Amino acid sequence: MAERSARTAILRIRRGASRRAGRMQDFKIVYEEGMSVLDGLRWIRIHLDSSLAIRYSCINANACKTCMARVNGKVEYTCLAKLNPGVTTVEPMPKRPLIRDLVTDTVPDEEKL
Amino acid sequence: MHQLSTDVLIVGAGGAGMYAAITAALAGASVILLDKSLVGRGGATVMAQMTVAAALGQQEADVWTTHLEDTVNAGRGLCNEELSALLCREAPARILEMDAWGTRWARENGHIKQELAPGHSRKRCCYVDFLNTGPAVAATLRRKVGEMQNVRRLSNIAVIEILVHEGRAFGAVGLHIADGELVMFHAKSVILAAGGLTKLFARNSASANMGGEAYALALWAGAELVDMEFVQFFPIGHLAPRLVGMDPILWDPFRYKLGGKLLNGRFEEFVDRYGGADFGRYTAMRDLAAYAILKEVEAGRGTPHGGAYLDFRHISDQQLRAAFGPVIDRLLANGIDLTKNVVEVGPMAHYHMGGVRVNADMATRVAGLYAAGEAVGGANGANRLSGNAISEAFVFGARAGAAAAEYALRATLLRDMPPVRAAFEGLEALSHGGAKDAPTPAALQAELQTVMWEQAGPFRTEEKLTAALQRIQRMRLDDLPNLRLSQGNSFNLDVQDWFELRAMLATAESVVTAALARRESRGAHQREDFSDADESFLKNQLLELKSGKLVSRWLAPARRRSKGAGHG
Repeated sequence: MAERSARTAILRIRRGASRRAGRMQDFKIVYEEGMSVLDGLRWIRIHLDSSLAIRYSCINANACKTCMARVNGKVEYTCLAKLNPGVTTVEPMPKRPLIRDLVTDTVPDEEKL
Repeated sequence: MHQLSTDVLIVGAGGAGMYAAITAALAGASVILLDKSLVGRGGATVMAQMTVAAALGQQEADVWTTHLEDTVNAGRGLCNEELSALLCREAPARILEMDAWGTRWARENGHIKQELAPGHSRKRCCYVDFLNTGPAVAATLRRKVGEMQNVRRLSNIAVIEILVHEGRAFGAVGLHIADGELVMFHAKSVILAAGGLTKLFARNSASANMGGEAYALALWAGAELVDMEFVQFFPIGHLAPRLVGMDPILWDPFRYKLGGKLLNGRFEEFVDRYGGADFGRYTAMRDLAAYAILKEVEAGRGTPHGGAYLDFRHISDQQLRAAFGPVIDRLLANGIDLTKNVVEVGPMAHYHMGGVRVNADMATRVAGLYAAGEAVGGANGANRLSGNAISEAFVFGARAGAAAAEYALRATLLRDMPPVRAAFEGLEALSHGGAKDAPTPAALQAELQTVMWEQAGPFRTEEKLTAALQRIQRMRLDDLPNLRLSQGNSFNLDVQDWFELRAMLATAESVVTAALARRESRGAHQREDFSDADESFLKNQLLELKSGKLVSRWLAPARRRSKGAGHG
């Protein structure tokens, strides 16, 4: 499939542990028809930069409901958000304390240390 | 370093872990319930869109012994019948308990609706519409756990070591992912409820949390594993077109509720050629369908993505919508119109029949160490019936919680034993930042998945398995100590991946070692070089670590003596 449609997409991702000091970083990934934003983020961790912090569990089923981020300005489940060829901006969810990169503190208080 | 104490520590908060937390708390024990992701959201349960098998007898006459016969029949002679009997006998009570706790099972004329599923001789599989069984039961259990005063829930903690002193488990070490700190848990008993290993294989229906950690933790702690060669490959996992927002194994209920035709790359029906009565019945047992599809692919009659076509074009839009309502719209959003398009499906790793060896109390041979759910091996033998996994999570979870609580309430807490320090010294040796060109843990995990899929997947040979074993051992000895990890403690997934990979390698080695030793084909274990079942292998294979080396031995399967005999 990769060979048949060897196109690329750019994921422009906000990095860092501070909302003020964060920076945007571009990753060029191999794009396949129908790919989700989460597919792209996982691809980056395996092939380009494993230090990218993301939160997800079920990968594909939209059952765990933990993979939310701001995609092109809109809060979405990254497993449902479709990736398109071209540039897609991914930022951490607003209004939640930022931990690092795309991970915000979404753990319920009663489940914390 | 954080230090916490409890009576019962539960590793993994899916269906089995949450059920165990409830019964342990009801028995009067204090409980800490851990999950690597978020409690109730990260395990296999929440992903289960399908059905739960229980001989309720509400749809038609049924008794648990008939469910047992079907389970044992599917298990190809290898079921631990004592465990299978517990599963089948206690499943109805658990389903009704969940009903009382608020799970909205699909109903018909006031009774719980039960469907026929592959391999079952009665209509006994309950579900929550639409394709919502797992999320619904997980929500019920999350709510119930939340009501328990003496259960403390902790999310984002990956357990990396069970602490054992003189053959007794006394706690665990966890990695708190948010800040990279280690957490020391002192416990009187420990339940491993983090089952599943399908993430070991490149083609899988797994979540991120099914790297097989429960099996590795059990092995390292001194427990035995059983039937590790029996990985269930779900025959009709979704391959193409790309489908997001849905479980890749969604097609099973479509197939048995509506009938869907499996066609090869030439659009011919084929499953019947492999000895299955699939024609018009659509209930081919799972391992047979997987075998048939891959044999067609091998013969050059596969689909473009290496599977078979699944065809519902003979079903009307009206029938599709009546059965699956909003799911049809989710498929349309993915560009799939079942009245017009076929989809490509093929085998993918889905469930593990093998696991930790336990008795009827879910106790391992290590005092104070228990297992529950998919982590337990034996109840399903060489092949699992559809619908038995969630029943197993409920039944074994409930039993493990009660037994671990009873043990804990009689035991005293051990603290500061020598193995604690040994464990921590080992952890400190983990370096942040190997050579610049060294692979990352995530990249090595991906390589391991490819090795396991290509060389230890649905079709196995001595040659392929030997190559897999050699590569896995080299990964453990040469690569694992020299991987490149990024700096920083805050949500550092490289560190989490490293510990996960360490466990994945131990579990993968167990699967491959067991698969090499079983020189026959039976159920989900298919050897191309020994293509028939062999009576002399009508035994369970046990694995343990002796001086750091995996050792295998064989034992006749536990049979039920007669009705009501034994403590099962």
